Amino acid sequence: MVGSSRILPGEKIVNPVGNADLPLTEEKKLRRSIVGKALKALQTELEEQRVLC
Amino acid sequence: MGECEMMRVVHYLNQFFGGIGGEDKADLPPRVTEGAIGPGRAIQAALGKEGQVVATVICGDNYFAENIAGASDEVIKMIASYRPDVVIAGPAFNAGRYGIACGAICKAVQDQLKVPAVTGMYRENPGLDLYRQDVYIIETTDSARTMIEAVAKIVRLARKLVAKEKAGRPSEEGYFPRGILVNEISERTGAERVVDMLLSKLQGKPFESEVARPMYDRVKPAPAIRDLGRARIALVTDGGLVPKGNPDKIEIRTATRFGRYDIRSVEILNPADYEVSHEGYDSVFIRQDPNRLVPVDALRDFEREGLIGKLHETFYSTTGVACIVEVMRKLGEKIAEELKAAGVSGVILTST
Repeated sequence: MVGSSRILPGEKIVNPVGNADLPLTEEKKLRRSIVGKALKALQTELEEQRVLC
Repeated sequence: MGECEMMRVVHYLNQFFGGIGGEDKADLPPRVTEGAIGPGRAIQAALGKEGQVVATVICGDNYFAENIAGASDEVIKMIASYRPDVVIAGPAFNAGRYGIACGAICKAVQDQLKVPAVTGMYRENPGLDLYRQDVYIIETTDSARTMIEAVAKIVRLARKLVAKEKAGRPSEEGYFPRGILVNEISERTGAERVVDMLLSKLQGKPFESEVARPMYDRVKPAPAIRDLGRARIALVTDGGLVPKGNPDKIEIRTATRFGRYDIRSVEILNPADYEVSHEGYDSVFIRQDPNRLVPVDALRDFEREGLIGKLHETFYSTTGVACIVEVMRKLGEKIAEELKAAGVSGVILTST
């Protein structure tokens, strides 16, 4: 993503914060984990664009 | 041009190049002097008998930067009184405030006086991104030691503009691309030209693409959020999620609009309420469960658990496929402006 500073890989292009193959509870867990990482990224100080995992 | 119709040049300088002083004189209001000063002498030398630097306007960098509109009006009035055929500003090399002033003045000269203008800058000068689309900016090094070379290019282009000759390509004239596409008749087909370019590329020879790459600017990362437990977090997506009926008529490709949608009382996005306006990916999974794109349910959890202060009451959406960089830049600026005004301190932007 051009210009974004804090970048996280999503699950898939067609469902960036989900996965239709998983049972609902598992999928929710996955979403919480990705969004949790995003919140961690927002608390990470950085000088230039970076991919955080 | 005969001697009696010598090209009249007005030159703009900051306090430093104008020989008045350094940072201590940066508050100097604009003043005008007849004839060439400092770098203006190099301009005069390059013009020879074809033209004359009739006046030099000098203004302090801080004076200009602190009140761009007002200072620009003052400078333009001074410039206008000398009835120039062309205005040259700088070159500013890597001086940031000076570069912004040079760009602003050239643009104002073109817009208000209908007179051509040229300046010069180093590629990292902040004035470049602000004015490159409006103004001819000759590429210089970051050092005033290369004044003579820079001025030679500036004067060459200025002459052409006064004579109403067509300016050559950026690479020929030495100015930064302005993002303008020009139709040209070619003897050779596109297929022949592109194969030639490919062969040159494979052989490591120089070649020039006919399609300018979009200009992306570098964005300095915002500081980290210190207290997430009090932070207001917003959701933004370029995946085209919109309420049923697509009330803002966001295009399925090459979007020119964005929407903001209320989620104040929404715990989890309900598939019955949303659709996807995006032809760049298969949206079936998102239509089944929009939280897979805009994770409202997870953020509500975190809000309840106190990990975040608040989920912002609207989410923003547009369509990120086959988009025009300039248009998206404007949409992005508008969205950021609204989010900032609403006190949002962090954004999770999901992209398909």
